[in-house]
Amino acid sequence: MNKIKLIISREYLTRVKKKSFIVMTILGPVLFAAMMIVPTWLASIKDTDVKKIAVVDSSGIFINKLTDTEYIKFEYPGNISVKKLRKTFHESDYYAVLQIFPSITYEPSAVHLYSKKQPGFSIKSHIASSMEKELKNMKLRSHGIDEEVLRSIKSDVSIRTIQWTEDGEEKESSTEIAMIVGYASGFLIYFFIFLFGAQVMRGVIEEKTSRIVEIIVSSVRPFQLMMGKIIGIALVGLTQFLLWIALTFIIITGVKTVFFPELGTKNAQEVVVQDLFEQQNIAAAETIQPQDIDKFTSILNSAKSINFGVIFGSFIFYFLGGYLLYGSLFAAIGSAVDNETDTQQFMLPITIPLILGIFVMMNAVQTPDSPIAFWFSMIPLTSPIVMMVRIPFGVPDWQIALSMGLLVITFIGSTWLAGKIYRTGILMYGKKVNYRELWKWIRYKF
Amino acid sequence: MKLLEAQNIEKKFINHLALDNVSISIPENSIYGLLGPNGAGKTTLIRIINRITAPDKGEVYLNGRPLQPEDVNIIGYLPEERGLYKKMKVGEQALYLAQLKGISRRNALKKLKYWFEKFEIQAWWDRKVEELSKGMAQKVQFITTILHEPQLLIFDEPFSGFDPINANMLKQEILELKKKGATIIFSTHNMGSVEELCDHITLINQSRNILEGKIDDIRKKYKSNIYEISFNGNTEKLESSLNKHYEVTERKQVNGHNAIKVKLLHETNENELLSLIIPAVEIISFNEVIPGMNDIFIKVVNEHKN
Repeated sequence: MNKIKLIISREYLTRVKKKSFIVMTILGPVLFAAMMIVPTWLASIKDTDVKKIAVVDSSGIFINKLTDTEYIKFEYPGNISVKKLRKTFHESDYYAVLQIFPSITYEPSAVHLYSKKQPGFSIKSHIASSMEKELKNMKLRSHGIDEEVLRSIKSDVSIRTIQWTEDGEEKESSTEIAMIVGYASGFLIYFFIFLFGAQVMRGVIEEKTSRIVEIIVSSVRPFQLMMGKIIGIALVGLTQFLLWIALTFIIITGVKTVFFPELGTKNAQEVVVQDLFEQQNIAAAETIQPQDIDKFTSILNSAKSINFGVIFGSFIFYFLGGYLLYGSLFAAIGSAVDNETDTQQFMLPITIPLILGIFVMMNAVQTPDSPIAFWFSMIPLTSPIVMMVRIPFGVPDWQIALSMGLLVITFIGSTWLAGKIYRTGILMYGKKVNYRELWKWIRYKF
Repeated sequence: MKLLEAQNIEKKFINHLALDNVSISIPENSIYGLLGPNGAGKTTLIRIINRITAPDKGEVYLNGRPLQPEDVNIIGYLPEERGLYKKMKVGEQALYLAQLKGISRRNALKKLKYWFEKFEIQAWWDRKVEELSKGMAQKVQFITTILHEPQLLIFDEPFSGFDPINANMLKQEILELKKKGATIIFSTHNMGSVEELCDHITLINQSRNILEGKIDDIRKKYKSNIYEISFNGNTEKLESSLNKHYEVTERKQVNGHNAIKVKLLHETNENELLSLIIPAVEIISFNEVIPGMNDIFIKVVNEHKN
């Protein structure tokens, strides 16, 4: 037992001391934040060139009706043919020419946009939407409905979801938050299994190619060496994960107190949730409307309904369970090959269930109680990913217990099986190994 | 007193028999040569002794009782396929390997200091293994093998990768270990070092033990009654002095002298041979030709092929 501790501490310390670990630990939270902020930020960047668009409207409906934006200006040069505009187009400062045919009222495709370069999506969609609005208004007016009525008809529905718990309380819940939390933890588990599983595999290959393995197995049982490595790397993963959480928390509180001092008194949970929400809506946040504020408070209230303790606990469980299950398989693969390029043929059976898990996860986020989500959250090869998505939506206790139990049984089985392949594989050099060979190794007596 | 006894060991892999009823018995405080062609089963036998793998049949006894899991702590093993963690520092790694053999960190540090000084490699303590040459790494491996002062040492081709100076140093260390009471199993293809170091040998061929015994006895058993005589004088004159009890097997020149090899056939001895040739020529040297382990190895293995 002392020897396995020695192995664990070596595996742990050599990895934690590595520069790449320290860099990843610091960069991780920054990257996560960037992953959420950058796309919204990119989407919010606007073309700052003012583009003038000449409108040649033979229908007469849209003259002086199309809405200008900061960067798109419509001009109405009057009675001029497109042919003429085309001749002088390159000398003129028009970005594009919009030609609207009289048939527009009954034929929506009777619009052409001429330009030198392919116009961007935002321009196209802006033109289309302002024309649609105008056409709609015109048609409504022709049916005798005036604009006042029109405005009063329009209404945005936003639903506040409230769960009735068994002990008779009302809990405000949020589908959005459950989705975000589910997605994040499912992906994180997928990512961790691959990242740290591959580290196990690489560690085994390293020991094999550097030929140290025979020296070590003359002091400890091969199984001890394998488990020591798997556990050591699991601890590295947990350390990294906890440091990420701590660092993210520090970064967020730091950002909050610097940029949003008025939120300083809120408790941490809300801050985290709000942060998630804000990052998603950073563009929209500039122009907060009363409705949005309503949504804010609703989401803040419902953040309390998500039991972060349960999610955190089950995350740790499913991370460890999934990792132990796959980690031992990764170790077996590492032992069977002489170098990393030979691992391809054996990686497929590991990759397929994991990727399947990700696909089912995307489905489970929409329908967390569908049969497919249920079954895949029971099957141990996919349950760590799929169950983590379902948990924020609320899962009956017996299902969680069954899923966890199956996972434990399976990882014990897979570790046992992997141990048999491992002890033969690590001492086998220069042999092309296939599945039939692996099966022989499993049946070897020791 | 036998330190280690392996009785009727059998080990089968799926489609070949690696060891077929092999028994060896290793006297305490001896150097025991484990010889045999490639693929004969030597490494499998060594792995069984090290408890890396278990035999299908048979039993291994150490100090008179069946091999126990804790016994790995009194065995030191230097495998043929050996290496170190490339990215780990030399000192850290030596400490780790020593602790895996069950010695405390403090004790290991003290002993490592002694050996690193003795081998003049203190300066490498904080260097990474990948910076070392092969010979340097071999020294570190040797130290980690013997550091826990094992009762039984197993060296599998220990001299491969060493230059002659370091190989000689290693040889001296092995003899020193024997003097201190260790028992050593020595597996090699280098017959020169077998003759120099080993007291006993066993020859394994095609999974079977085909020759075992004290090295002197074996060499005596395989001697062929041939004597080499170098002399000043005429070769024909010498040959004409011999009678039907002798057969000349070789004529040659050694360092400017004539020399012949004579085989004693029967009903005769060295003294009679000498009395016949003394009147004929001036004798410079007279030696019995004792077969080297190399010749015995080739001879015995070839005999078993047929």
